[in-house]
Amino acid sequence: MAERMLIQGNEAIGYGAVSAGCVTFFGYPITPQNEVTEWFAREMPKREGVFIQPHSESGSINMLYGGAATGLRCLTSTSSPGWGLMQETMSHMANAELPAVIVLVQRGGPGQGTTQHAQMDYLSATRCGGPGGYKNIVLAPASVAENCDFVQLAFHLADKYRNPVVVLTDAIIGQMAEPVEIRSLDFGPLPPKDWAIGGKGRRPDRKRRFIQCGQGQISAEPYPNYLTFIRALDAKIRRMQSEVRFESYLMDDARLVVVAYGYVARVAKEAVNLARREGLRVGLLRPITVWPFPYEPLRARAEAGAVFLAVEDSLGQLVEDVRLGVDGRAPIHFLGMLERHDPTGAGMLLPGRLLQEIKKIYSGVKA
Amino acid sequence: MSREEKEGRTWVSGTPPLWVRHPAGSRHCPGCHHPIIERLIADVVGEMGVEDDAVLVTGVGCSTRAFVVLDMDGISTAHGRAPDVGTAIKRSLHGRPIVITLQGDGDCIAIGAGSLLAAVGRAERITVIMANNANYGTTGGQMAPTTLMGQVTSTTPGGRDASTGYPMHVPELLATLKGCVYAARGSVHTPANYQRTKKYLRIAVQKQIDNVGFSFVEIISACPPDWRLTPVESLRFIEERMVPEFPLGEFKNVGGIE
Repeated sequence: MAERMLIQGNEAIGYGAVSAGCVTFFGYPITPQNEVTEWFAREMPKREGVFIQPHSESGSINMLYGGAATGLRCLTSTSSPGWGLMQETMSHMANAELPAVIVLVQRGGPGQGTTQHAQMDYLSATRCGGPGGYKNIVLAPASVAENCDFVQLAFHLADKYRNPVVVLTDAIIGQMAEPVEIRSLDFGPLPPKDWAIGGKGRRPDRKRRFIQCGQGQISAEPYPNYLTFIRALDAKIRRMQSEVRFESYLMDDARLVVVAYGYVARVAKEAVNLARREGLRVGLLRPITVWPFPYEPLRARAEAGAVFLAVEDSLGQLVEDVRLGVDGRAPIHFLGMLERHDPTGAGMLLPGRLLQEIKKIYSGVKA
Repeated sequence: MSREEKEGRTWVSGTPPLWVRHPAGSRHCPGCHHPIIERLIADVVGEMGVEDDAVLVTGVGCSTRAFVVLDMDGISTAHGRAPDVGTAIKRSLHGRPIVITLQGDGDCIAIGAGSLLAAVGRAERITVIMANNANYGTTGGQMAPTTLMGQVTSTTPGGRDASTGYPMHVPELLATLKGCVYAARGSVHTPANYQRTKKYLRIAVQKQIDNVGFSFVEIISACPPDWRLTPVESLRFIEERMVPEFPLGEFKNVGGIE
């Protein structure tokens, strides 16, 4: 029987990672993800795993690059300013085709911003902030339990595509505690990591391997030139686009569809329930993968005549994907962080404010 | 076989057993010392019998291509990050791999200074080789942290003066740090210096095998095209200009960290 515990979202990252067989963690202190790093510092020695605190988030991500190259499941975790530092090697990992998981516990920006919650790294995570037009799958948990489960899914997807995967969570999910059933998830078989390095003597054929982040520049197997590499990258990006996952809540008859992810999706679900109690036909679309984004269900509801409300704790980032999905077929409304209940960094988007907005839009729909 | 016999055999002629003829080749310029440094790594790794566990981590620049031509596991990295990557490879596999990084001077002590110093601070059991050619070779010969005073580069067209600072002496610097157990500077511009530098690298790798701390070898390296010199003039430049600024020898060699 699986163990049930009351834990913080940040700790759930740790339990999820070790359940997925992660044995190596690299992490630099930054609020509000410190509990993740501290969890691994405490737990890895007990589990004969490896914990290193590098000199910066650049150190973390480059250690992740090296650790992933050995074929082991490796994790790093950071918050928004540290995420900025990691962009260079996110791009290099995509070129080198190294699978690893990066947990991003978002805080408010830009710059040092606040140390408190926000959802302001959506575009940076989904559009990829580093140079060179790579892509990575981005999973967005909305509960402590999902932090635990999605880290495991992230490892599976990373290994499946030999590509980094981002778990995009936030300070609210990270800091709150919920009961979680710690379980090891099985997502099916994966290809062998016959590309991993660590000394050629570790392989029966004693043939060397090399991993390079200049694929396309230095002619080597399997890509003799830049164009063959770029074609393969394009094909991989297309394959990754099949991994769309989302939660559809009361969408079938919805005349107003709220779109939200992460902690705001929890708030939005509450507001949708309140609206339904008043007889309003409101539904929620919660992207679980924010890249690849679930454009198709948005398009379908738009064609059925629904209108849309994007809600997020930022100045407007997720709303851009809603626009791409709806593609001019229906009106799109936006409720962002300026509508928090409190003008300090501690302010949140709350169900009451969202319900008020839903009612306002809904009255327009009826008329 | 004695060490002298082994070293004699590898120097005299022939291709080291760890050399790979790669279709892309290493494509170094005429008179460049990087192929000699690559060969030196092949010699040391082969003679010490650690090729099964060796991982070569290269930086960005002319050093990058070394992993293409050496028959050992290899990985290229983002600019300056080889010590981070090497650290993770070493520790993820619980110390088993013999990790050698090969970086240029710009890679190692300009953009990668933070990674290097942090690895020394943690006393990582890795060996860093810094090829010092006193400029950025791959990009066409711009000023590096090791550029000599008065040296003309494409970003110091009037010759380097004090307004751009002074050459960095890396093994001397690292020797002051507790995590570093071995720091030396060698050169490959004469056969005798090749042999001495090979000895330095052997000791550096041995420190890693003995699990005592961080080891570092700087190797002065000719860059004839960017120095605007012939290969032979470059050897003289090393003797007359580089060696007086960057003295050859060992700066630290201790058996452990107190």
